[in-house]
Amino acid sequence: MTVGKDVSALFPDVVNCMQTDNLELKKLVYLYLMNYAKSQPDMAIMAVNTFVKDCEDPNPLIRALAVRTMGCIRVDKITEYLCEPLRKCLKDEDPYVRKTAAVCVAKLHDINAQLVEDQGFLDTLKDLISDSNPMVVANAVAALSEIAESHPSSNLLDLNPQSINKLLTALNECTEWGQIFILDCLANYMPKDDREAQSICERVTPRLSHANSAVVLSAVKVLMKFMEMLSKDLDYYGTLLKKLAPPLVTLLSAEPELQYVALRNINLIVQKRPEILKHEMKVFFVKYNDPIYVKLEKLDIMIRLASQANIAQVLAELKEYATEVDVDFVRKAVRAIGRCAIKVEQSAERCVSTLLDLIQTKVNYVVQEAIVVIKDIFRKYPNKYESVIATLCENLDSLDEPEARAAMIWIVGEYAERIDNADELLESFLEGFHDESTQVQLQLLTAIVKLFLKKPTETQELVQQVLSLATQDSDNPDLRDRGYIYWRLLSTDPVAAKEVVLAEKPLISEETDLIEPTLLDELICYIGTLASVYHKPPSAFVEGSRGVVHKSLPPRTGSSESAESPEAAPSAGQAAEQPAVIPAQGDLLGDLLNLDLGPPVSGPPLAASSVQMGAVDLLGGGLDSLMGGSGFTAPGPAAPAGMGAPLGSGLGDLFDLTGGVGTLSGSYVAPKTVWLPAMKAKGLEISGTFSRQVDSISMDLVLTNKALQVMSDFAIQFNRNSFGLAPAAPLQVHAPLAPNQSVEISLPLNTVGSVMKMDPLNNLQVAVKNNIDVFYFSTLYPLHILFVEDGKMERQMFLATWKDIPNENEAQFQIKDCSLNADAVSSKLQGSNIFTIAKRNVEGQDMLYQSLKLTNGIWVLAELRIQPSNPSFTVRPSPCCPPLSVAPCPSACPPWGCSSRGQPPQQCC
Amino acid sequence: MIGGLFIYNHKGEVLISRVYRDDIGRNAVDAFRVNVIHARQQVRSPVTNIARTSFFHVKRSNIWLAAVTKQNVNAAMVFEFLYKMCDVMTAYFGKISEENIKNNFVLIYELLDEILDFGYPQNSETGALKTFITQQGIKSQTKEEQSQITSQVTGQIGWRREGIKYRRNELFLDVLESVNLLMSPQGQVLSAHVSGRVVMKSYLSGMPECKFGMNDKIVIEKQGKGTADETGKSGKQSIAIDDCTFHQCVRLSKFDSERSISFIPPDGEFELMRYRTTKDIILPFRVIPLVREVGRTKLEVKVVIKSNFKPSLLAQKIEVRIPTPLNTSGVQVICMKGKAKYKASENAIVWKIKRMAGMKESQISAEIELLPTNDKKKWARPPISMNFEVPFAPSGLKVRYLKVFEPKLNYSDHDVIKWSSSTFREHLPGPSTQIDRPCGSSGSRLSCLCSVTTHAATEVQNQGTSTIKLLFCWCLTTCIIS
Repeated sequence: MTVGKDVSALFPDVVNCMQTDNLELKKLVYLYLMNYAKSQPDMAIMAVNTFVKDCEDPNPLIRALAVRTMGCIRVDKITEYLCEPLRKCLKDEDPYVRKTAAVCVAKLHDINAQLVEDQGFLDTLKDLISDSNPMVVANAVAALSEIAESHPSSNLLDLNPQSINKLLTALNECTEWGQIFILDCLANYMPKDDREAQSICERVTPRLSHANSAVVLSAVKVLMKFMEMLSKDLDYYGTLLKKLAPPLVTLLSAEPELQYVALRNINLIVQKRPEILKHEMKVFFVKYNDPIYVKLEKLDIMIRLASQANIAQVLAELKEYATEVDVDFVRKAVRAIGRCAIKVEQSAERCVSTLLDLIQTKVNYVVQEAIVVIKDIFRKYPNKYESVIATLCENLDSLDEPEARAAMIWIVGEYAERIDNADELLESFLEGFHDESTQVQLQLLTAIVKLFLKKPTETQELVQQVLSLATQDSDNPDLRDRGYIYWRLLSTDPVAAKEVVLAEKPLISEETDLIEPTLLDELICYIGTLASVYHKPPSAFVEGSRGVVHKSLPPRTGSSESAESPEAAPSAGQAAEQPAVIPAQGDLLGDLLNLDLGPPVSGPPLAASSVQMGAVDLLGGGLDSLMGGSGFTAPGPAAPAGMGAPLGSGLGDLFDLTGGVGTLSGSYVAPKTVWLPAMKAKGLEISGTFSRQVDSISMDLVLTNKALQVMSDFAIQFNRNSFGLAPAAPLQVHAPLAPNQSVEISLPLNTVGSVMKMDPLNNLQVAVKNNIDVFYFSTLYPLHILFVEDGKMERQMFLATWKDIPNENEAQFQIKDCSLNADAVSSKLQGSNIFTIAKRNVEGQDMLYQSLKLTNGIWVLAELRIQPSNPSFTVRPSPCCPPLSVAPCPSACPPWGCSSRGQPPQQCC
Repeated sequence: MIGGLFIYNHKGEVLISRVYRDDIGRNAVDAFRVNVIHARQQVRSPVTNIARTSFFHVKRSNIWLAAVTKQNVNAAMVFEFLYKMCDVMTAYFGKISEENIKNNFVLIYELLDEILDFGYPQNSETGALKTFITQQGIKSQTKEEQSQITSQVTGQIGWRREGIKYRRNELFLDVLESVNLLMSPQGQVLSAHVSGRVVMKSYLSGMPECKFGMNDKIVIEKQGKGTADETGKSGKQSIAIDDCTFHQCVRLSKFDSERSISFIPPDGEFELMRYRTTKDIILPFRVIPLVREVGRTKLEVKVVIKSNFKPSLLAQKIEVRIPTPLNTSGVQVICMKGKAKYKASENAIVWKIKRMAGMKESQISAEIELLPTNDKKKWARPPISMNFEVPFAPSGLKVRYLKVFEPKLNYSDHDVIKWSSSTFREHLPGPSTQIDRPCGSSGSRLSCLCSVTTHAATEVQNQGTSTIKLLFCWCLTTCIIS
């Protein structure tokens, strides 16, 4: 506006103009203030008075203008003055002022979140949801949604059937933009059962006829999400599916930019529910005047919708596209023909002949693209279309792109026995070996080795040449490595080489480009937004905390168990995130192990302080997870406790356990948590927990296959860890795991593996392999699985040891909300191999003296003080130093000697 | 939500920049210019992500409008907003051009302040905005006026203000249709659909309640159950509408439950609805192109058009546009009817015929001389396009009635009965009325204007073996006068 000139120097003069009656001038002054207040915060104060005055102007337009502008001035001093006028405006009699004030709360929250909470604006904002004016409701919803996004846990928008009802009523009355806000907000709601979901769907469906595409897409989002909860046999489910198709098709007659957004979303919808648009193939045919981005997206969807029924039409179209002008589009069209061949088996032959026709056009990039896709077709249908190789070879010279050259070389190598002059062809490539890209070089190396294995007599010279080129003259490590491997294979065991190099290849799968199912589900929750345009979760492109909350579809429910769904979904979300959370407090637990981890022989005694820390931690980690149950939704290895409260709540849980776990069946077992989410492991999901049964530790795993292909050949390995945990037997999955199947396995563990200090102490890094890939994850195991059964120390020994413990090895914790008596505690702890050595009563308090022993022979002594009247326990663990003689595991113990101190938890009140 | 909004000219200079959110810095302005406007390549996507900042842009003539955000916003909403923004600006100062934007920059900032608050779109109906954002400066309003404005801006009927008065109450209705047709090289129709729009111009006083009816199959069948004779009358007249979308003034829930279209219209021109049909489409013309390459420097083109409707009807103002290659040096044209001319500046042969009856045929043949060229840039082979006016709708859509009801009946200088009788006349003849024929009743003016556009796409390279895409557009205007 100022042609880039800085006019902040005029600030005082402009502010003087503020008190004008001319509304237009006032607006301009306000605009100036918004732009320059930040650079002149002191002077901006001068404007406050006028703002406050304007907020009480009889003209509602001016009141709203003042409150709107004030919110845009991001100067701390001004925000203080904003609170009072804002409060008044939120209760203004005029809806125009109220709707402006509602947005202003969001502005203020962006500047100073604390202030908004302290001033109680959030509650006022919530009240506005019940306002009589639909636009006020819409803006309040928008503001609340935004605030809630930056406080994922705050439960600000706690939607219940009543408030949903209000929103649905407002939906019919407010502006198109308001409808979008409300629909987007509705999409975050989790109906409590399928009946509620259906009734919301019924009230949202009329929005599908709105002229505003954004309203339509947001309505589609709500429907797609809630449909998940409807049973498929329901009549309504079918009706809804039918109702969804026409509006989606209509979106394609909107402006091109919107078409693009719509097509990106349709791409997701087609993957999630192919049945919706399966008859609508024709509308995705490309129009002459579509912009290129629309054309490319349409092409993508055409391939997804291709089926046996419509393949003829699709192929005819694709062939047309292959003669268009835009190079990218043509390439994609050619590629699409190949994908059709792979997807629809019956059409493969026609696709191949179409591709051959295209090769005849001799248009350079068409030919190259065709060769790349024909290679894929060979992989899918081996020994079927090899007759075309001759045609391909004719075009050998025109190939100049690495991908096409690599594909051609692959074909020559793979079918070397059928091509008479394969050696000549490959030799011709070899001449410029060093000028080729890596892709081509690697392919050429492999192809010549294949050729050699098939026709060893004539090609020995060639193979030697390529091997020396690859190993001696190349700087590329990949190429060199591969060269050496082949060389060694060939020189030591040609039979093995044959088995390796000419091994039968797995068929390529149909849809390599499908979005991974868990990501797809998440993206469905973001229909209409940027995430759905990029096909990436918001965390991939949004900075900071906003939008990082994972959204998930409601779990599909039958009619009976639907009641559980709302809770199930959020907790699943939580669980999914857990494995990634590796606690930062490494120094704590870590240090206990530090003890053992020094070089075995020379291990220096630890500094006292670190021992203490370690002790505390051991207790933290161990006991914490022992308790499980009450406090956390997902206990287990979740939170490695710090020193204070978390530990307390942990111990508390141990005592709290309802069913007397301790007395009966061995130690407490945490519920299974997801260690490896499917998203990170190409569809393999692993969840599990650790348990200890008499003298044996086991890892209980559930492997779930969420990918589209069968998984087999599972194996597991642990990294070296603090206590030498290692699998005692190989991972046995008897049958291959079919898609959507899961299997439960209990893997016995022992503690004879090699030891390395981990950070945190109880961290375990695991590698799982299957036929697809190797995946890594790390998890925290509860320490109590390491408490051995013979952890009961003799009384005398206990006494002697107790006295010897230096003070600095002591630590102390409080456990709150624990209402068990001494005996119950004692028996419960015994279940987890924590033994009571003595008990006494001092001043009305029960004192328990406990001992436990870890698998590596470290003793831990503890004193618990329990006060019956007060349900809260204090634990003061003082680490004890077990005499060397007590440690029954000589091989492991000596190095730690005096440094190995466990910590006795002490309870006191 | 939207973090900022920039308007650039074709050189990439910023004309308007309004930042709503703190996370959008000044550098975002330059990032868009460098990466999109000055990018060498053609624009590959209307959404661009540069350094975690997303840019949405639309282009109007040579003006770029860009919305910027760092959050996961509703992308469809941002584009809808940008279109709306263009509409609002057009409504205020006409064509969106650099000059107009510079001349109206105060107004634009004022508008931006009003229709976008902290990145949230607010009421953007021009009708409402014009009541309190004016170009002539604000006249001092009375308290009543002020509260009327605010209640209108936030109210349920944000698109219409109260107290509108006209001496003559008029309502114009246009039905515009375009046919999209895809044909195989053998002339077989692969797919065809009509996308139609119903556009209204309303100049009515007060708060009129309107009801619009067309020969929608679902409605007719529903009514048919009640009165059997009516189906007999309407005969094949009903059409199956695949899908329709409505202006926000239409009560959607009522449409969903009763399939009746009722609304309070905004003042002035607006698009009431869009619809799409795929069944029983009448194609008014067939275009048969024949193209032959004679050597490298000559091209022979022959185009035959056949009119495909009742001989008693007349098509008017037919214009066929045959694109020619870029390296054309000269053209000789012979046509049996009408006039044809080669327009070098448009790279096309334009053939005009004043009128043509149904079931007739006409043809043009042309010899195109080409300059020998080694230009590698391929000719995009645009489609042959055709424009004309015919007195029927390809989709078969007919307007059955349009009722207007003003609850307060306060048309000051008009007799209430006169008004209602006029509307009555309009729907009196019932479903069988063809509104494309003037009824010529009691002084009411019923104008009729139809136009159909045909675009035929064909490849000029291979002889007639090609995909032909036809696009028809049909429009009809009628009006009710009180």
